[in-house]
Amino acid sequence: MDLRFAPDQEAFRADARGWLAAHAPAPGSLPSLDTPDGFEAHRNWEQTMFADRWSVVSWPEEYGGRGVGILEWLIFEEEYWRIQAPVRVSQNGVFLLAPTMFEFGTDEQKARFLPPMASGEEIWCQGWSEPDAGSDLAGIRSRAERASGDDGWLLTGQKTWASRGAYAEWCFGLFRTDPQAERHRGLTYFLLATDSPGVTVRPIPQIDGEPGFAEIFFEGVFVPDSQVLGDVGQGWNVAMATAGSERGLSLRSPARYTEAVSRLISLYTETLERDPTRASQHADAVAQAWMDAEAYRLNTYWTACRVLAGGAVGPEASANKIHWSETDLAIYRAALGLLGPEAEFTGGGGAAGNPWLDGFLFALAGPIYAGTNEIQRNVVAERLLGLPRG
Amino acid sequence: MRFAFTEQQTQFRDAVRQVLDKECTPDDLRSVFDAPEARSRRWATLAEMGVTGLTVPEALGGLGLHLLDLVPLLEEAGRAALPEPLIETTALAAPLLAGFPSDPAAAWLEGMASGKITAAVAPVDRTGSVPASMFGTSVVPAADGADLFILPTAPKTGDLGTVELHAVSAAYVTVSPVASLDPTRRLGTVGWEPSPATLIASGAQALSALRDLADRAAVATAAELLGLADRMISIAAAYAKERNQFGKPIGSFQAVKHLLAGAQVKLEFARPTVYGAAWALGDEALAGSPRAVRSASLAKAYASDAATEAARVSLQVHGAIGYTWECDLHLFLKRAWALAESWGSAADHRRRILSSLVDETNPAEV
Repeated sequence: MDLRFAPDQEAFRADARGWLAAHAPAPGSLPSLDTPDGFEAHRNWEQTMFADRWSVVSWPEEYGGRGVGILEWLIFEEEYWRIQAPVRVSQNGVFLLAPTMFEFGTDEQKARFLPPMASGEEIWCQGWSEPDAGSDLAGIRSRAERASGDDGWLLTGQKTWASRGAYAEWCFGLFRTDPQAERHRGLTYFLLATDSPGVTVRPIPQIDGEPGFAEIFFEGVFVPDSQVLGDVGQGWNVAMATAGSERGLSLRSPARYTEAVSRLISLYTETLERDPTRASQHADAVAQAWMDAEAYRLNTYWTACRVLAGGAVGPEASANKIHWSETDLAIYRAALGLLGPEAEFTGGGGAAGNPWLDGFLFALAGPIYAGTNEIQRNVVAERLLGLPRG
Repeated sequence: MRFAFTEQQTQFRDAVRQVLDKECTPDDLRSVFDAPEARSRRWATLAEMGVTGLTVPEALGGLGLHLLDLVPLLEEAGRAALPEPLIETTALAAPLLAGFPSDPAAAWLEGMASGKITAAVAPVDRTGSVPASMFGTSVVPAADGADLFILPTAPKTGDLGTVELHAVSAAYVTVSPVASLDPTRRLGTVGWEPSPATLIASGAQALSALRDLADRAAVATAAELLGLADRMISIAAAYAKERNQFGKPIGSFQAVKHLLAGAQVKLEFARPTVYGAAWALGDEALAGSPRAVRSASLAKAYASDAATEAARVSLQVHGAIGYTWECDLHLFLKRAWALAESWGSAADHRRRILSSLVDETNPAEV
């Protein structure tokens, strides 16, 4: 056993650190990515990274990556979060769709979609949830019917809670192609441009007032056959591969939490000076948040080494999602506790003016999206512990 | 980075699991509850396999391996609630004695490898002080029946440099048993007098050995707690599959599923903290560093919380039957409760972690 990185991995870290120090915007200097200006500023940052092959380091070189392994990806993330570089506006595409496209996409699809995804030129949103299909995702009713020219599909229905949906150029989503089939069967995975005729996007202001997600209406939207990902009728299996990435390793790298808890420890140390009574009231919560982040880091290395040795991430991804979402909340709850009556101050610019408050609001969504933590606990109980389905 | 056990380490673990499945059954544990002083064949079997002498130098009949190699076996000891003092003898006393070579130490070590000698180790914390219990005197696990006692002297007020560390034969101590909820703990207070013949280290050497001991004890105990948590969850999951209410297995109800899933998630995340700590304590560049010390505290705090949660949940899933002497569950609950508080509770270790982190953010302080 050895938890140290190899010399070539440390060299990769030094490269990443050097490039980020020279190019990354100062922490907090970009406007919120849920505003029109902020969205474009974040897109420009993706383009800057892509130009020097830092936007998708683990992808093959032909699509704009560096072809490095999972440990190098974790190292890159550590450096990225260490200097508090901007939130990735392209994350739905890069972290959620791309792994699925590498597994199920045709060569033509990969060549068409991956490079502009990596450069931020095309931002993707996810079209899965519907008003009546949330936790019960297999209850999807939006449908696709064969187009009269027999060269594609006509999509009809409604999707909702599409993160980045207010500004995204593309959408990946599940539609029912076989109306006779029940539940998980008869679904197909589509890729479509949000400016296609028949698409209406209605932004939904989130809890912070910004349009972070959207509902999307489809009225006979034509999608060519070349934009079906995987086989017709196999959408559920294709989608579950993406869900695995979302809950598992690729969406939330531990570096994000490691960086947040180091700021939390500084906040605690400052509070200890200013208001020792308040600090001591939250000491246990601060220590626990640091521990949860550290446990997540260790568990990620453990899982990454298992994957490198040929293992797979199965239902453990659900345990992972429960842990990172609860860790995120624990960190920001502890911070707001230390801030006490000042926790509600926004600084005048909305929640984003108070990074701890902004982080707290963001963290609140974690136990809900990517399958609620209640659904994940069912998965852990049924698939890790073998309990019977209800 | 290779954060995984080797095939050899995994095979050793599997072999120990097989033996304990046969020789450390719940019925065996019940007979220890009834007669804790009776010696079983089990310890001799483990000695033959090399388990008791795993950390004893090869020249003295041991395997010359380290805490990291022992951790998977300690997990198995926890899964089986092994009543014999594997932590005290093999994780603590043997590496300590091996660090201070002498003729008496060699004889003790040979005895540990052959299974003839078990050790008791007085709990200490990293400040070198012996925590006095609410009963006014230090209570030592595995004291009742031990052959060898590792005992520190209390430092004279304010001067840690006066600490001494002794290895004392059972012939020169008086053990007064202290009753535990878990009779296999074999607690006792130890009456003894320090003498030059029993001294193994003093001053800075003794203090450094005690700190090392406290860290290793935290990680070794954490490893047993992982095994205990795993066992309690699997007993409860098995029960939830076979017990029917409202016409179906109770394990099909979300309320029951979520209890067990929550405990399982805590256990999954406790495991790598224990493995990472065992690696850090054995790594030359890291051993003794604040990072290594924090990793040991992280392991103990996480494993203590995971095991107490597994205990709470597994009892709740059983309902009234879990509250009986007849149900095997209590054999594991009681050990988990005891070990969760032993060598520093989760709360103790959280406090240690936080003060260590605060020290680091104030580098100017001297």
